[in-house]
Amino acid sequence: MAEQALRKAPLGGFHGGSAAAHVTAAGPASRLSLRAGTDAVTALSKALGLDLPTKPKTSASSDARHALWLGPDEWLLIDENGADLAALAAKADVLHSAVDVSHRNTAVLVAGTKAAAAIASASPHDLSPSVFPVGACARTVLGKIEVVIFRTGEQDYRVECWRSFAPYAFGLLAEGAEDAGL
Amino acid sequence: MLLIYCPYCEEERSELEFRHGGDAHIARPTNIADITDEEFAEFFFLRDNPKGLIFERWRHIHGCGRFFNAARDTVSDKFYASYKAGEPKPDLSAVHPATEKTVETYEATEGTAK
Repeated sequence: MAEQALRKAPLGGFHGGSAAAHVTAAGPASRLSLRAGTDAVTALSKALGLDLPTKPKTSASSDARHALWLGPDEWLLIDENGADLAALAAKADVLHSAVDVSHRNTAVLVAGTKAAAAIASASPHDLSPSVFPVGACARTVLGKIEVVIFRTGEQDYRVECWRSFAPYAFGLLAEGAEDAGL
Repeated sequence: MLLIYCPYCEEERSELEFRHGGDAHIARPTNIADITDEEFAEFFFLRDNPKGLIFERWRHIHGCGRFFNAARDTVSDKFYASYKAGEPKPDLSAVHPATEKTVETYEATEGTAK
C-alpha cells in the first residue's frame, strides 16, 4: 500500500452550537505574526496593501486580508486567500519581524443572535457593541487558553486560537452556544 | 475579579489577562561590579513589602504583552493608577493617604491583649 501523508484540518469534522449561535471551523488561511516599530508602519502598510492599525483594539481589512492590532508594536495578519504574507512584508525595506504562523493558529467562527453570549460564557472580555464594535479585535483569554477575538460582523466573531488548543476552544464555545440557545 | 487599567490598551481588562512582575522602580546599580555583597543583596533580594500603597510592575501577558507600572493598595487591592513603563511615579498623595509606617509584629498586635 502506498504511504501517503494526508494533511488534516485541525478541526475537521467538528460540529456544534445551537440555533442562536452557530459554531463552525474556519477555512484555512495564511497568518503572520508581525512586529515592527512605529517608523516602519507606513512602509509595511504599503507592502501589505492595507493600513496597519495603530489604535488599540482596531483592525483593518482589505479583500479578505485582515490586520489585527495586538499590541503597540505587534499585529496579527490573516489572509483568507492564502497569500504569502511574509514575502509581501519582506518587500518593505524596513526593520521588522515577520513569523509565519499559518499552521500555528486555527480559527473558530461563532455567528448568530447569541454569538456574543456564547463567547462570553468562557471569556472575561467585554463584547458589548459600545466598546467592541464591528472590526474590533483583542487578544484575551477563553477558559484556560489565550485567544484573539475578532468581530467581523454585528453577529459574527472569529476566535483565533492555537492549533493544539483548537478542540478545547471549540468544545468550550459549543457548550457556551448550547447554553446561550436555551 | 479585579479590573486593571492597561495604559497601552487604554481600557480596563480582567485580571486574568495580567501577570504580576514584582516591585517597580528598582534601579540596577551602574557600578554593579564594584559594590559589596551586602549592597548587592540589598538591591537584588530585599524588598519593602509595605502595608498600603505599593508600586509594582505588571504585564498584560494575555493582551498587548506590555509591561507597565501600577500603584496598588496591598490591603484593599485597589488600583490607584497605572502608567506606562519608563514614566515617573505619579503623585498619589491626594487620592491615597500616606503609607502606614507601623509594622504589624506579634509584640505590637498581641502585646496589649495579654
